[in-house]
Amino acid sequence: MKDTVSQPVIEAKGLNLVFQTADGPVQALKDVNLTINQGDFVSFIGPSGCGKTTFLRCIAALEHPTGGTLIVNGMTPDEARQKRAYGYVFQAAGLYPWRTIAGNIRLPLEIMGFPKAEQDQRIERVLELVELKGFGKKFPWQLSGGMQQRASIARALAFDADILLMDEPFGALDEIVRDRLNEEVLKLWARTGKTIGFVTHSIPEAVYLSTKIVVMSPRPGRITDVIDSPLPKERPLDIRDSREFIEIAHRVREGLRAGHHDD
Amino acid sequence: MTALWLAITVWLAAWALNVRLAGSGIAQTRLGRILVPLIFGVTVLVLWEGLVRGLNVAPVILPAPSAIAAKIATSLPVLWQDFAQTILKGAIPGFLIGAGAAFLTAIAVDRSPFLQRGLLPIGNFVAALPIVGLAPILVMWFGFDWQSKAAVVVVMVFFPLLVNIVAGLQASDRMQRDLMATWGASYWQSLLKLRLPAAMPFVFNGLKIASTLALIGAIVAEFFGSPVYGMGFRISTEVGRLGLDMVWAEIAVAALAGSVLYGLISLIERWVTFWHPSQRH
Repeated sequence: MKDTVSQPVIEAKGLNLVFQTADGPVQALKDVNLTINQGDFVSFIGPSGCGKTTFLRCIAALEHPTGGTLIVNGMTPDEARQKRAYGYVFQAAGLYPWRTIAGNIRLPLEIMGFPKAEQDQRIERVLELVELKGFGKKFPWQLSGGMQQRASIARALAFDADILLMDEPFGALDEIVRDRLNEEVLKLWARTGKTIGFVTHSIPEAVYLSTKIVVMSPRPGRITDVIDSPLPKERPLDIRDSREFIEIAHRVREGLRAGHHDD
Repeated sequence: MTALWLAITVWLAAWALNVRLAGSGIAQTRLGRILVPLIFGVTVLVLWEGLVRGLNVAPVILPAPSAIAAKIATSLPVLWQDFAQTILKGAIPGFLIGAGAAFLTAIAVDRSPFLQRGLLPIGNFVAALPIVGLAPILVMWFGFDWQSKAAVVVVMVFFPLLVNIVAGLQASDRMQRDLMATWGASYWQSLLKLRLPAAMPFVFNGLKIASTLALIGAIVAEFFGSPVYGMGFRISTEVGRLGLDMVWAEIAVAALAGSVLYGLISLIERWVTFWHPSQRH
């Protein structure tokens, strides 16, 4: 499976999701078609209510589509979840306060039944990967918000799933911390070669990080544009001042605006 | 009258001392945190003693603290026997059985939406039954000895605990449960590693409420039939014989036992839920 670089990992065809609410049915996703290949860094961008988070949750089998097909690693999302095909990072770190940082990272490993020695080894490795070496014995509430979020990324990386799903992971952090973590995520992606799905509502963040930008619009949630980024894989922070970067950002902004005019 | 004036002088002096202590840096130290309430407690006793002596209050209305202390000193074997009967055999086993049953029921309720909708309303109904109605029935069922007292305690602590534990099991937030789902955790893994730890602040709230209910239940149940010892039995018979000093002695024992039980639960709580914002110092 892994010998070809552009193997599709996630394939959505005609995906629909209707929520039944007290005010009647709400179409959260309408006719979504998307293919994500092995090693892609895909950003989902759009205003709130456009279904970007819902789509990510569908991939993770936390929501269940009401129509269309969705294949993850050649399986249904539920099977992929049982096979622990992905790590999920939420908007808040969601660390368990009664466990240390190392204890939190150990949690998925315990659940998946890794032997004790390997757990320690993996915790050591991912703490280093997110630059939290030496903080393993601290409790979550003793760390800053940015460090907590790094710990939650470490936790999602610990069991080495091929897919990393991130739902506005840096949305609650200030811009300086956010820039730094964006750089780190890119490095991480380069080092691990994982497929990453990344939800954001920041245009610069989406353009800076992604190989593929999916622009979505609300009511009903749908894809309005898919942009393959021509930016090189190596991206220093100042690439954001380059002409290409600004052009892509412009196209994303146009896509978002077009989606809004449709209402 | 001198006793009264003396008591009032001591009271005012201790008051002034405490105001100064509480305002100074000593209040922040470990010593100060013990000293201030201690001075306050001693002042209350001195004032009580002075009022009773100075105003010649009848011992039946209110015995002096010194009289109560003397009574405690001379009736230690009786007090111990009553304590063993009511607290060690009635309240504590009842508390433990009730807590264990509530715990198992809470998990059953958690697993079954039918029980959640069916059992909890009935639970509220039973919890609303007055203990004075329930106790005589349970004494009929389980006999005069401690078994019926333990049964009353079980009934009294069961539902407050059940409601708290069930609420506690819902206390983990959705994101944390979603995380468990993304790791493919089973029901029991998610219960043990997430929902039970997250429920602990609620559980301990319930245990603290239940600990005071257990004492009340065990003592009051003895009013409806008991062997010729036990704290409730002693209180009701000594009231009849106007032996109010003995009643007060039993009350002192009950207050002490209740405080120790409560303190013990708080101590375990601090150890188990150290991570909760209310426990971080």
